[in-house]
Amino acid sequence: MTGPGALTEASKGAAKNAPVNGVPATPENLMLRLAVEHFLFEEAALLDAWRLDEWLALFTEDGLYVVPTTDLPDGDPKRDLVFIDDNLVRLRGRVTRLASRYAHREYPASRTRRMITNVRLIRVAAKEIDIEASFAVFRARSQVIAPFVGLYRYTLVRDGNQGFRIRYRRAELANERMSDHGAVSIIL
Amino acid sequence: MNLSKLVIEDAVRGSFRVHRSAMTSPEIHELERERIFDRCWLYVGHESEIPHPGDYRRRTVAERPLFLIRGRDGAVRIFLNTCPHRGAMVCRQDQGNADTMSCFYHGWTFSSHGDLIGVPEQSAYPEQFSRADHGLLPPPHVDSYRGMYFVNFGGDVPTLLDYLGKAREIMDLTFDSAEVLGGWEVIRGSAKYDIRANWKLMAENSVDGYHLPTVHQTYIGYMAERHKLAGAPRINNNTMYKASRGFTLNNGHGGIFVGIPGRPIASPSPFWTEEAVAEAAQIRERLIARYGLERGGEMADNSRLMVIFPNLAFQDTHTGFRFRQWWPKGPGLMEINQWELVPRNENEEIRAYRQEGSLAFLGPGGLATPDDVEALESCQTGFNAREFEWSDVSRGMHRDPPRSDDEIQMRGFWRQWHALMQEQSGAKRIGDPAHPDAGAEMAARK
Repeated sequence: MTGPGALTEASKGAAKNAPVNGVPATPENLMLRLAVEHFLFEEAALLDAWRLDEWLALFTEDGLYVVPTTDLPDGDPKRDLVFIDDNLVRLRGRVTRLASRYAHREYPASRTRRMITNVRLIRVAAKEIDIEASFAVFRARSQVIAPFVGLYRYTLVRDGNQGFRIRYRRAELANERMSDHGAVSIIL
Repeated sequence: MNLSKLVIEDAVRGSFRVHRSAMTSPEIHELERERIFDRCWLYVGHESEIPHPGDYRRRTVAERPLFLIRGRDGAVRIFLNTCPHRGAMVCRQDQGNADTMSCFYHGWTFSSHGDLIGVPEQSAYPEQFSRADHGLLPPPHVDSYRGMYFVNFGGDVPTLLDYLGKAREIMDLTFDSAEVLGGWEVIRGSAKYDIRANWKLMAENSVDGYHLPTVHQTYIGYMAERHKLAGAPRINNNTMYKASRGFTLNNGHGGIFVGIPGRPIASPSPFWTEEAVAEAAQIRERLIARYGLERGGEMADNSRLMVIFPNLAFQDTHTGFRFRQWWPKGPGLMEINQWELVPRNENEEIRAYRQEGSLAFLGPGGLATPDDVEALESCQTGFNAREFEWSDVSRGMHRDPPRSDDEIQMRGFWRQWHALMQEQSGAKRIGDPAHPDAGAEMAARK
């Protein structure tokens, strides 16, 4: 298989040097991971229920939401073409749009179910935590049900009371093209 | 199947109808493979995608696996991606850089110029075996215009320059406009998506000004909000449409001109910063100094969206500059690939507005494109109601001058499609009866 997004020899090599262990499995980190998972699951529940205003409130004022193209998972919105590069102004616009009956691709709205797993703490700092997780977001509409599959990268900000806010949220797709859904018309 | 009745035009009554079997029939799809896609010039890639010797890109064009590669001599070549030995694909990655290409099946090795330079255990072949007879094969016709590479799989075909004809004048407006900024280059990353609809619906949709206020209401709402926050007046649709134009050219090419502010070259949006507005004004001045008030002004102020027949959209607009190409995968399915181009030496802030403008509207994750996908799929499903045989493409047939929310640009496409399907060399009429040569007016604007 040599389709778009397939690993080249060079990127296979690069993967060897990436931290595969995340942070050590201390009791504190394991508890923290549970808290992060709890947050991600609650977030997914909001999205699956189309409670987008509440979802939007999870972001910090400087929050970003990025979806790279399928052929360039490491795409940088500053210089590369990506699918989505939302700051809060644009994200608000996206949520307003999706709430409208004129977002034709999502009116009537699709049904979604999000599977989030393999949650890993990558960097734990006093105020911020970088995490990665695998996702499969199933979207059903117009007689088609198919998954968006990929990797989440988040930067979460600690918000007291074991809570978090989202400063950075990136969904890197494993799909080779947007073949089943023709678009990224939902929040991934 | 009566091919002559697929498109029916009645100049007197002002009716223009397309039979919907053109979008649903497997037989017509089969015929198109031969009569459209094996005879027209087809876009492959842009030279900026392979800037260095050895750089290559893989593409599929009219179902043929191809790759473009820049040779050690600096020249761009295109090869059919199949080993002359027994067929395996020689180039097995979508992009990269290589001095030589080695077939993984039996190890035949080719230079970046396509010459066979290595055969494992060649001594086992008969004496007459010559490496010179077994190089990689280019498509029958390869040519380029302003860095855009095209191929043609036909026999006796017009030159690319003749094929593009007057479309070149519109392409030149865009290509010339970035000369003051170092020329255009394709950026990394491309949008790849499929639509469950006939490919010709994308030819219509890519130059359809009529659907903006309906299909893209939420995008327009978002932009209106941005304008409001900046204290700027709303864009007036009536004024915008009135100043716009639809056009059709030789060989089925056609499109629209429309003036919407926010063009990075060089018509600023009300919500840009003062610095960005000043930068755009400066680019505009440079264009006018270099190309004159009329042509330089046209480059700066007007967006141009054109379909280069049969399947390439050339879109230089307030949402950036891109090539969008679509391929039929059967009567009811198409595959779309989209590339974004930027001026090499664009200032950082303007670049950010360009990217923002592009992403807000376009691509699978934009606030607009998903709804085009929905519209086209909805049409395709609607066609299943076979009792309703005809689509109406007559809008603006009697309007003078034709506007972007008219359908003259689609009629030009359909006339050419219809002629080629009947194995005629081209459409007898390019424009509408009211505008027999709608391209002439456009050319006069220069």
